[in-house]
Amino acid sequence: MAMFVNPLQLKAKGILGINQRNSDYIMRYNQRRLYPLVDNKLQTKRIAIVAGIAVPKLFSVIKYNHQRKKLGGLLDKYDDLVIKPAHGSGGNGILVITGKIGERYKTPSGEALSLSAVKHHVSNILSGMYSLGGVPDQAFLEYRIKFDPVFNDISFKGVPDIRIIVFRGIPISAMLRLPTSQSGGKANLHKGAIGVGIDIANGHTTYGVIGNQITSHHPDTNKEIEAIKIPRWDEILQIAVNCSNTVGLGYLGVDIVLDSTLGPLMLELNARPGLNVQLANQHGLLKKLKKVEALENLPTKVEQRVAFSRSL
Amino acid sequence: MHKLAVQFWSIVFIAIGLAIFSHKVFQLGMPVTPDATTDTWTIQARLAFYGNGKNIKASMAVPNITPGYIKIDEHYISGDFGLNAKVKGDNKSAEWAKRKAYGEQTLYYRTTLTRSNVATKWNVTPDYPQAPEFFEPYSTAVNKIIEDVRSHSADTASFTFELINQLRNTDQNENTSLIRGLARTDEQTADLIIKLLAVAHIPTRKLWTIGLADAANDVIPTVLIQTYNGEEWLTFDPKSGTSGIPKDQVIWNVGNAPLYKIKGGEQAELRYSVTKSFVELVDVAKLSAKRQRSILGKFTLSSLPVHSQNTYSLILMVPLGALLVVFMRTFVGVQTFGTFMPILIAIAFRETQLLWGVILFTGIVFVGLLIRLYLERLRLLLIPRLAAILVIVVILMLIISFFTSKLGLDRLLSISLFPMVILAMTIERMSITWEENGAQIALVQGLGSLFVACLGYLVMTNEHLSYLMFAFPEFLLIILGVCIWMGRYTGYRISELMRFREIKTTT
Repeated sequence: MAMFVNPLQLKAKGILGINQRNSDYIMRYNQRRLYPLVDNKLQTKRIAIVAGIAVPKLFSVIKYNHQRKKLGGLLDKYDDLVIKPAHGSGGNGILVITGKIGERYKTPSGEALSLSAVKHHVSNILSGMYSLGGVPDQAFLEYRIKFDPVFNDISFKGVPDIRIIVFRGIPISAMLRLPTSQSGGKANLHKGAIGVGIDIANGHTTYGVIGNQITSHHPDTNKEIEAIKIPRWDEILQIAVNCSNTVGLGYLGVDIVLDSTLGPLMLELNARPGLNVQLANQHGLLKKLKKVEALENLPTKVEQRVAFSRSL
Repeated sequence: MHKLAVQFWSIVFIAIGLAIFSHKVFQLGMPVTPDATTDTWTIQARLAFYGNGKNIKASMAVPNITPGYIKIDEHYISGDFGLNAKVKGDNKSAEWAKRKAYGEQTLYYRTTLTRSNVATKWNVTPDYPQAPEFFEPYSTAVNKIIEDVRSHSADTASFTFELINQLRNTDQNENTSLIRGLARTDEQTADLIIKLLAVAHIPTRKLWTIGLADAANDVIPTVLIQTYNGEEWLTFDPKSGTSGIPKDQVIWNVGNAPLYKIKGGEQAELRYSVTKSFVELVDVAKLSAKRQRSILGKFTLSSLPVHSQNTYSLILMVPLGALLVVFMRTFVGVQTFGTFMPILIAIAFRETQLLWGVILFTGIVFVGLLIRLYLERLRLLLIPRLAAILVIVVILMLIISFFTSKLGLDRLLSISLFPMVILAMTIERMSITWEENGAQIALVQGLGSLFVACLGYLVMTNEHLSYLMFAFPEFLLIILGVCIWMGRYTGYRISELMRFREIKTTT
């Protein structure tokens, strides 16, 4: 296998590069003043709730270091939760607690953390350790997703999520992100999670990539990851469209998780979604982007947009 | 629309930059390489005489048209004499005057010249001379010689050459030895040849030249002759017949006018002395800029105070480093910690040299990472932790300086110029990247930063580039234009050609 691919072939496949993504799409369609809406997950959650978009339930917000005192009480009340930084990126700074053993808190990786360890984590979040530029941040506690059993066999610890790229309110590409042992249970492709392409038209998975390599099986469970039907696909696409309409960003990444009881929930939004979705789908974004860009009148209703997206 | 504006501005900036650059290089002769020097000769003419209380008028020939050389400097030292420099034909003369003068008087003319390829043109076109009269037995001999020379030549040049040759021939016939006897000194020889050429109606004139030497006092001017062939003046050495102006001769005076004239003075003496030195080509260019009254000549960085010059010679390299970073990130896709951190590291490398810089940088970051790993377990808050790392970095630098000074490795003392805040931030970011994105990405970014820093060092310490940036700050406009242009590069990065290599390229 050659080290490099011919750029003309990439172009023929309609692969979008970072430079072009930044200058032709992000800079053109995403107004900078809207970034805080998606960079701050708490704010995203609030506007999503107002717009009627389903999100994981918010338990509590910790803004100041002295509020860590109430952490013990909160952890007693909700012993099954996720602690997140409001400005985290790439799944960093997320602490998942699945229950309590004695005085210690269980994490999915089997660790048992003391209360002071959890408090330290929260203070790290507050001091801005996980935020871009190290600016002081807020931590919030929310409902821990119990993912849909359809992903049981193809997920290692962590929660798989679905990333949908929405352009001008039309979903144009989607992928399923499956945590692996290498990614430490995180659905972050840079850390070694698998990206699996999803055919927007029917909600079936296509190819999987781990790193930049193509794979058809999950490395930890050895189960096939291709041709899986994602349940409630239409609803998922509707959430993606709704998010795009609500937040007003023209080029948006929507992360959705599928809870076994609550159904699809919007987890977070991304104003600068990555390009690996192209590898997972073995399909460039440019063709659809150009098609949608050329349209003057887009359908207005959510159902119409979803239908249009599935017909693209 | 945006794309057009981008192209417009980048073309405008690049064009302005290139225009100023080429003006400086081609019009003003600014050298494009550093330490380019050129030889210069300073010729001094000293005219001394005694005044006896009468009106004094002294004149001296000074160079005017100097083929092969260009005057970069010219001074008249006149004392209390009134000075008037006049150009007449191909000559120039300095005329001094004073109402009354007693005792020894000295006047100086001093000029500095350097070689030049600029073509010069003589202004004077001569008339055909009248044939002079010779008395017998010379008349017959002259006619014989002229006849003989004519039969051996085809044009003015070959005629002159043949005539000079016949006269200097050692086994002379009686005609030539008779004529030869008329001239003893070089000047007389030249006059004789001029007279003989006049018989053949060839226009001629004398040239006085000063021979250039490393250092010479009492230089005696050499005499050359020129003949006019109807189109141009041809120069010959009357002694050897060699044509052309000798390479190391500067033309001082043209024609039959004397080298100096004194009215009202006595015991006049004119002495020439020559000293050789060299100047930076830049200075020559600046002089010619002054001479051409170019505004750009005035806006040079070398007109700043020396210490700000030194600062600017470094500052001007930073945009080049930035250009490199833009290229490495936008076109190649190298990952680095922070956008311009590699440049700061590169600047630090200037002091330590590359190899030691890399070793020290890697060493400090490595040790810093180990200590940071322990600090992680202490669960410090972010800002105090950063400050702690900063202190540790300073301590590490101090230790290194202490030991290297004991070992006599003075070069490593310059580690103190390492940007410690940058080092501390690098350690912090690398350790966070390590923890969050894994060792691989942390190493990739760390090595990427180091790689770009090394390249930046090589670019920013390149003497040639450094000279170019300093002598031609208009390159900043070109860099600006290129940056604007690259800002709209929407093509793939080289790293993406690797990243997407698993895309099935068959459709």
